[in-house]
Amino acid sequence: MTPSVLAGLVGAALVGLGLYGLILHPHPLRKLLAFNLIGSGVFLVFGIVARRGAAVGFRFDPVPQAMVITGIVVAFAASALAVALILRLSAETSRVTLDPEAWTRRNGEDAE
Amino acid sequence: MADLGTTTPGGYLLVLAILLPLAGIILSFIPGGRSAERVALWSTPFGFALASAIAVDVGRAGKPVVYAIGGLPPPLGIALRADGIAAVMLIAAAVIVTAAALYARAKFATPEGVRESRSSLTFWIMLQAIWAALTIIFVGGDLFNLYVALELLTFAAVPLVCIDGRAETLAAALRYLLFALLGSICYLLGVALFYGAHGTLDMPLLAQRVQATPVVWTAAALMTAGLLAKTALFPVHLWLPPAHANAPAAASAVLSGLVVKGSFFLTLRLWFYVLPALPADRIAAVLGWLGSAAVIAGSILALRQARLKLLIAYSTVAQIGYLFLIFPLAAGSQPWSAIGWSAGLMQVLAHAFAKAAMFFSAGLLAEALGHDQIARLGGAARVLPLTFLTIALGGLSLMGLPPSGGFSAKWLMLQASIASGQWLWSLPILAGSLLAAGYVYRILAPALSDSQVSLELPPKRSHEAIALALTIVAIALGFAPQTFFDFLEIGRPVPAGLP
Repeated sequence: MTPSVLAGLVGAALVGLGLYGLILHPHPLRKLLAFNLIGSGVFLVFGIVARRGAAVGFRFDPVPQAMVITGIVVAFAASALAVALILRLSAETSRVTLDPEAWTRRNGEDAE
Repeated sequence: MADLGTTTPGGYLLVLAILLPLAGIILSFIPGGRSAERVALWSTPFGFALASAIAVDVGRAGKPVVYAIGGLPPPLGIALRADGIAAVMLIAAAVIVTAAALYARAKFATPEGVRESRSSLTFWIMLQAIWAALTIIFVGGDLFNLYVALELLTFAAVPLVCIDGRAETLAAALRYLLFALLGSICYLLGVALFYGAHGTLDMPLLAQRVQATPVVWTAAALMTAGLLAKTALFPVHLWLPPAHANAPAAASAVLSGLVVKGSFFLTLRLWFYVLPALPADRIAAVLGWLGSAAVIAGSILALRQARLKLLIAYSTVAQIGYLFLIFPLAAGSQPWSAIGWSAGLMQVLAHAFAKAAMFFSAGLLAEALGHDQIARLGGAARVLPLTFLTIALGGLSLMGLPPSGGFSAKWLMLQASIASGQWLWSLPILAGSLLAAGYVYRILAPALSDSQVSLELPPKRSHEAIALALTIVAIALGFAPQTFFDFLEIGRPVPAGLP
């Protein structure tokens, strides 16, 4: 098994685990962590893609590496935004839930 | 195809169109929150002028306007391109952003003597950020660049949903963000696979290189799934109604009219510009079925809503469904596929204007009456005649009654479905119109009844006029001449076989 294949399999496993967590865990913070797991898997795939250049004599293709850096920055910004929202949500109410009906049900009628 | 990588004479306009809202964001930060409103309002006429200039250039040249960034043509550099549909979408975005900015002055203005508030600064900056991201999406030519633009669009749209900070809006925003993140990470994985297989992400270059290999199918499937989650097509529409219904009216109009169109636009780019060579009949049919399901389910859910804003948001789910009928109806190079193409773009535009106007009206109505419960609208049309005229005219376009943009769109779709022998698609189109008539009737019937209703606050005439102006655009689209449809064809890659 070459390192590329190994990295690819690990990437696929990370994406799979992340998808499982994102869909099944009800808590938003766990969902966010699962999203980051998927992100890591995808970045690993980018890493293997960077090996393409090896065929033409380069050691690495720099373009996918630049994309990974950008992708990491974007994923980091997304996580920060999500954490800020989760913190604000837990400050506003005691329950952190994504159920949009949770508030309307408590009031008995549609919220204004 | 070869000349899609070199800068054309008007190319610098594309750069200016992107830089204008970005410069506006920076300018809004520097002198403090009070001037953000002024910056946003002042940049809108310039943005409209730039979009019009790009459209004139595209129309005059009869081919896409291109700008190769840094003078490096792809595959080394990145190119910006504006073709017919991009130019039209740029104009639509400029008009709707302008309308939203003028409308939002009532809620988010900070005149002298009033303390600056975080929500108004956020609103003006995010409005400009949405505009910038949409501009990049419309003119971008590189799939990874478009990923970044999609993310910018999400990051700008999510804060607008929860701008008032109530718990339910925060939860709606968080749901929206999580759906969007899943969508964008799927898209990114697709981008990685495309690059790995073909070594370029430039759309025309990729279009020449792709073949129907498993890796291309996987990449296309991942990207499509991601974009569908962001466009809120039927099974993944769950985030849209609470997010769009809880945002302030000016933001809802931009979110429903423009933001979901951004990811739809990329789906179009993917299938019609990058992958026209693939035998994608089955995929087109699946997208068409999902769209049909969205039309039916969205309309039925809209019929059951108690709040006006939620009804309008579910109507967005239904109207997005129509957009996906374009995939089976505009595929290939038959004579009817041009009709399907025109129909899809007309639906994008008509829905954008009509829906923005309806959200504006719903906002005016909620402020004037103090609630937006449909059951308590009795007699409201007597005290708010202009607002209800706007809702009725917008509803006309959603239903597809002539003369309106919505009618043109649905009529052309029916023509394409009959001409192509895929008459099955005409059933959801007709059923959707019937159901739309049902939910518009639900709003108008009680409002026109005899009961008495008291106004808490009379609405401003100028705001009613903004909403009315947008519906008039939606109606006027119904009179679009053939040259308009020819313009939409500029730069559309047509697979070999058409004269």
